[in-house]
Amino acid sequence: MSSAQIEIQLIASLVAVACAIPGTFLVLRKMAMISDAISHSILPGIVIGFFITHDLNSPLLILLAALTGIITVVLVEYIQKTGLVKEDTAIGLVFPALFSIGVIMIAKNANDVHLDVDAVLLGELAFAPFDRLLIRGTDVGPKSLWVVGTILMITITLLITFFKELKISTFDKGLAASLGFSPAILHYGLMSVSSVTTVGAFDAVGAILVVALMIAPAAAAYLLTTDLKKMLALAIGFGIFSAIFGYWVAHWLDASISGSITTVLGLVFLSVYLFAPTKGVIAVMYRERQQRTEVSLLTFLLHLKNHDDLKERHVNHLNEHINWQKVRSKTVLDLAQKNNMIHIENNIVSLTKKGDEFTSKAIDYIITNEDTQIEDMKDDFFLFRG
Amino acid sequence: MKKIAVKVDDLTVAYNYKPVLWDIDLEIPEGVLMAIVGPNGAGKSTLIKAILGILKPIAGSVSIYGKSYEKQRQLVAYVPQKGSVDWDFPTTALDVVKMGTYGSLGWIKRPGQKEKKAALEALEKVGMLAFKNRQISQLSGGQQQRIFLARALVQNASIYFMDEPFQGVDATTEIAIINILKELRKAGKTVIVVHHDLQTVPEYFDWVTFLNVKKIATGPVKDIFNDDNLTKTYGINYKVSIQE
Repeated sequence: MSSAQIEIQLIASLVAVACAIPGTFLVLRKMAMISDAISHSILPGIVIGFFITHDLNSPLLILLAALTGIITVVLVEYIQKTGLVKEDTAIGLVFPALFSIGVIMIAKNANDVHLDVDAVLLGELAFAPFDRLLIRGTDVGPKSLWVVGTILMITITLLITFFKELKISTFDKGLAASLGFSPAILHYGLMSVSSVTTVGAFDAVGAILVVALMIAPAAAAYLLTTDLKKMLALAIGFGIFSAIFGYWVAHWLDASISGSITTVLGLVFLSVYLFAPTKGVIAVMYRERQQRTEVSLLTFLLHLKNHDDLKERHVNHLNEHINWQKVRSKTVLDLAQKNNMIHIENNIVSLTKKGDEFTSKAIDYIITNEDTQIEDMKDDFFLFRG
Repeated sequence: MKKIAVKVDDLTVAYNYKPVLWDIDLEIPEGVLMAIVGPNGAGKSTLIKAILGILKPIAGSVSIYGKSYEKQRQLVAYVPQKGSVDWDFPTTALDVVKMGTYGSLGWIKRPGQKEKKAALEALEKVGMLAFKNRQISQLSGGQQQRIFLARALVQNASIYFMDEPFQGVDATTEIAIINILKELRKAGKTVIVVHHDLQTVPEYFDWVTFLNVKKIATGPVKDIFNDDNLTKTYGINYKVSIQE
C-alpha cells in the first residue's frame, strides 16, 4: 500500500466515525432527512467561504458553511411551526432553494473558482492526499485529514461530556425539560455538530455520501442492539468497515471511491436488514411462522382438553375436525409430541400431564393477560413474547 | 391551614395564539392526592406542562412552595404520558429508571453506584426488579407505566405530577399504581394526576380539580365532586353514581 492509499483510507474512516456519531442520534430522533437537507444547503456557505478564503479546508469556510446548515434547520422549523405545511414538506422546500443558490453562484463564477458541482455532490477523496498541510515547511499530512481529525475530536469530546443529556432529551423530551436539560440547547448542539461534520466531510466524500455515512450505519446498528452505547459502537464499526472496504472495491473496479463506499454501506444495511437475529426480515418471518404453528398447537391442545370422547380424539378425526391440511396437522402433532404434551396410543391422542398444565396456564394467560406467571414460557414459545 | 405546595396565578397558555388554558388560578395544598379531570382538549396535560416549565405561558405565573419552578426543580417529579416517548429506543428498564436521577446530578456528571442502587430500589417498589435488563419495547403497557412510575419515585420528590398513569394498563397494574400513590400521600407528598375515569375519582383521590379551558372548581372530593360540577365541566347533563 502506498502512503497515499493509507491516507485516503484513514480520511474515509475518520469521516465515517465523525458521521456515525451524530447520525445515531438523528436516526433515533427520526430526523434522518435533516442530514440530507443540511448536506445540500451548506453549498452556498461553502461557495461564499471559498470566495473569501480560496481554501476548501479553511476553518472560516467550515464555520460559514456550518452556519448555513443551522439556518436550514431554523428555516425548516419556522416554516413547520406556522402549521401550514408538514416537516418533510418544509425540508423539501428549504434545501433545494439554498442548494440552487449555491449552484448558481458556482456557475456564475466558474472561471475563477476551482469548484464544480460534480465534486460537491460526489467528493474527490482520491485527490485529498495532494493537498498537504505544511507547518514551518514540514509536511505533516493531508489537510483534510487534519480537518476531519479535529472535527472528530470535538465530536467525541462533546459526546462523552453530554452523553447523558443527549440520551434523555432524545428519549423523553418532556422529562428532560422538566429536569432542566433544555431540549432546545441539546437540539441545536446536535444540529451544529451535524453541520460542522457535514462540511468537514463534504470535501472528502461529497454531499450524497455524507448522508449515507450518517444514516446507513446507524440504521443498521439500530436493528442489532438494544443498548445506546452498543448502537454507537456498531454504527462506528459499520462506518469504518464500509470506508475501508469501499475504498478497495473502488480500487479493484477502478471506480469512484465515494460511490463504492456508498454501495458498500447500502449492502451492509441490506444484509443486516435481512439477517439481523431478532429484528431482521428473515427472523421476523421465521418468528411469525413459528407463532402460527404455536397458535395451532394451542388450539389443538385445547380441543383435546375439552373432549374426552375417544372419537373426538382419533388422529383421523382431528384432521377433519380442526379442518387443517395434512402437513399442518403433522407439524402440530410433531411439535406437541416433541414437547411431551401428548401421547398417541392406537391412533388416539391424549394430553400428558405437562400438556394439560401448559394448556391451562396458556388459556389463563390469554384470558387475564397477566404476564408475570408465564415468564418461564417466554423462553420456549414465541407466542408469549408479544 | 395546610401549606400550599403549588400555586398557579392567572395562567394562560396558547398554541399558535389560540388559548387552551384561560386565566387559571389554582392552589394545591400539601399532602393531597388530586385528580385533574375534564373532557378531551380541556388542557389538563397543558396545565401540568406549563407548571413544569415545559410550555411557556403567555401570561401568569407558577410557584412551588413559594418559589419559581426553576429554583424548586429538585422537589418535583414528572411522569409524562406513556405515548409521548418512543418505546423502541435502545435502552433497558433500569436505564430508564436511572434517568430519574439525572436531575439531581445536573449537567455533565454521570450516574454512579449510588444512582444505580436508588434505581434498583425504585424498580423493586413497583414490582419490576425482575425486568431490570429487559429492553423497554419488550415490556407490556402496564409494565412500561410502572417503569415510568419508578423513574419518578427515584427522584424522591415532594410533589409528583402524573399525566394519565392509568392509560392502557391492566387492572392489576392500576391497583398497584394507586396503592403506591396513596403511600406517597401517606408520606406527606403531594400527588397530582391527570385522570380520565370519573367512576374511580372518589375511590382513588381526596382532592379534585375540574378543568375545561377554564378552571371550573377545585377542592376536596367529598365537597365538590358532584353532578353540578360534572355538568359544568363536561357540558352535558352528567350523572355519576358515587360509591361510598
